[in-house]
Amino acid sequence: MRHIISLLLENEAGALARVASLFAARGYNIEALTVAPTEDDSVSRMTIVTCGDERIIEQITKQLNKLIDVIRLLDISESGHIERELMLLKVRAKASERDELKRLTDIFRGRIIDVTSQSYVIEMTGDSAKLDAFLANLAPSQIIEVVRSGPTGILRGERGLHL
Amino acid sequence: MDLSGAEIVVQALKDEGVEFIFGYPGGAVLHIYDALFGQEDVKHVLVRHEQGATHMADGYARATGKTGVVLATSGPGATNLVTGIATAYMDSIPMVILTGQVPTPVIGSDAFQECDTVGITRPCVKHNFLVKDRGELAETIKKAFYIASTGRPGPVLVDIPKDITDPNVKVPYHYPDSVSLRSYKPKVKGNPRQIKKATEMILSARRPMIYSGGGVVLGEAASELTELTRWLNFPITSTLMGLGAYPGSDRQFLGMLGMHGTYEANMAMHECDVLIAIGARFDDRVTGKLDEFCPYAKVIHIDVDPASIAKNVPVDIPIVGQVKPVLTDLISLLKSSGHQPNPEDLESWWARIEQWRSIECLRYDRKSTLIKPQYVIEQLWEITGGDAYVTSDVGQHQMWVAQYYHFEKPRRWINSGGLGTMGFGMPAAVGVKLAHPDADVVCVTGEASIQMCIQELSTALQYKAPIKIVNLNNRYMGMVRQWQEFTYESRYSHSYMDTIPDFVRLAEAYGHVGMRIEKPEEVRPALEEAFALKDRLVFLDFITDRTENVYPMVEAGKAQHQMRLPPWISTDRELA
Repeated sequence: MRHIISLLLENEAGALARVASLFAARGYNIEALTVAPTEDDSVSRMTIVTCGDERIIEQITKQLNKLIDVIRLLDISESGHIERELMLLKVRAKASERDELKRLTDIFRGRIIDVTSQSYVIEMTGDSAKLDAFLANLAPSQIIEVVRSGPTGILRGERGLHL
Repeated sequence: MDLSGAEIVVQALKDEGVEFIFGYPGGAVLHIYDALFGQEDVKHVLVRHEQGATHMADGYARATGKTGVVLATSGPGATNLVTGIATAYMDSIPMVILTGQVPTPVIGSDAFQECDTVGITRPCVKHNFLVKDRGELAETIKKAFYIASTGRPGPVLVDIPKDITDPNVKVPYHYPDSVSLRSYKPKVKGNPRQIKKATEMILSARRPMIYSGGGVVLGEAASELTELTRWLNFPITSTLMGLGAYPGSDRQFLGMLGMHGTYEANMAMHECDVLIAIGARFDDRVTGKLDEFCPYAKVIHIDVDPASIAKNVPVDIPIVGQVKPVLTDLISLLKSSGHQPNPEDLESWWARIEQWRSIECLRYDRKSTLIKPQYVIEQLWEITGGDAYVTSDVGQHQMWVAQYYHFEKPRRWINSGGLGTMGFGMPAAVGVKLAHPDADVVCVTGEASIQMCIQELSTALQYKAPIKIVNLNNRYMGMVRQWQEFTYESRYSHSYMDTIPDFVRLAEAYGHVGMRIEKPEEVRPALEEAFALKDRLVFLDFITDRTENVYPMVEAGKAQHQMRLPPWISTDRELA
């Protein structure tokens, strides 16, 4: 099962390494990881996408909680939540391909943000499955470069993860 | 008061009430050593290898409950500490380690004696710090002591670059009385609803079992454990780390459980219907094959570390909190309930246990003309009245102490249970002896383990730590040999040594007394003679039966009740 764990942690040197080395040492999966400071620059927010059965996810959350730098955490995939990932995509766009690429980008509510005579850069956000679906519509030979941020997420409703 | 970084380190240790610091000087800590010079409040113990410093601090911590303190230089000084830090981490021992680091401006430049100490130790510490601002040094040291000694204890390392300790730069010094961290709030009391549920389950048990671990020792809850066990009249077993929390000679104590546990303890675990786990972590050496562990039991688990709960074994009633307050609440709730466990159920349960016990699984050949290692431990137990501090290394001798030295009190049994570190015992004993100079302190070891930190014999002389070393010399790495006998058709691949030193002369060369004992009838007089030499370290080299094995044994992959008993004991009799 795929889980999204959101963490608030001290914005200290080595905090990221502690989280990463915990996953490596205990053999847990990290599918994606994002981290950046919050509105309070002494605190970072991290989003980890991982997978495992209930017992493993329980251990992951407990072991993360044990890290001294971790202030709070929440498995947001257990409640209603919104998930977003940013993708930047560079594709070959010759004259004959341009209309179709533009149409496809519009359908997926993406934007073309850079254009040359031979290429487009497309910006797209959404949950990871949507980005996957967009990529599935392109031929591998069309793709020059894919950059994905990894998912971030937030709970629906008034409840939030804060200090 | 303005102090340099080096002075801050020493003053902080004084303000923390640190008695001993175990260390070894080097370039990156020279400023700190200069600040240590000529003061007597913090006694520095100069070891011969940094690993020895960690084990001494560890032994000191285990015997006293206080935090052990280590000081070493950067690079190789720090890397030499790693085994000892990992040892303390696995057994949840409070320790603060101060390491020197190369000066801040050259960090990352592969400078002389530079290594990424914080990175190298990260997986085996509770937490670590790199101090980049001397203004934060005092508070960081306070945080280190606080984190090391609270919650589930563990080692905390503070890495201090040399420029931070510069004697020429002074800053105002303030050592806080306490610190609080928003990200670290260890739980103390257990949830009352969970404790209530636990009392109901305990009172309804028909075949109960108490399984107690090192957390009871660390959590200073031995008297609560004893009170609870006696009030309930339940059978109790202990892990290797928990021995001594409940009196080892008491009728209700079934001995240690697990891979080399007693027949009665492992059978009772297998058959019980309610298991009360207290400060224990269901280690693989305890559970054996997980799928068949305690198949009929509902499990109550009390532990300060939530991550220990339901890690290996599903738990029905988890109680997160310090063992002492949780047991106190549990006892008062049980006593005020007006109920007791059903005495008839308990009586028939005890009758079954006594049947298991009647096979006397720890019997061994007492008529042998060779020295049996078990006999040495039994004699040691008698001579010391069961009241000595006993450290050990790792292997057969460690198991024999656990089986034959019946610890009556907590903090008397000091061994590396989690990491299984050979070389731990002797330096640990030195640390214990410095903490308890008037007590009998014994290191039980083997000829393989003792050589791993033998250099600390020199430290023992310098700091007047007249411990007794009981070397069970079987000319083999005994536990390796035993596994090779059982599972590798006696192919003894590299498990013996052809060139074992003359330990008597070696002890003498280090300035101590050496004795070699080769006959069973010499065992007791030799021990008596050694303990009469109060002021001398005595190295007793017992030449033991080479082929003795540790029984019972739950072999790898087997379930707890599938024990290999010694060939001279049969369970043919109806025991069910």
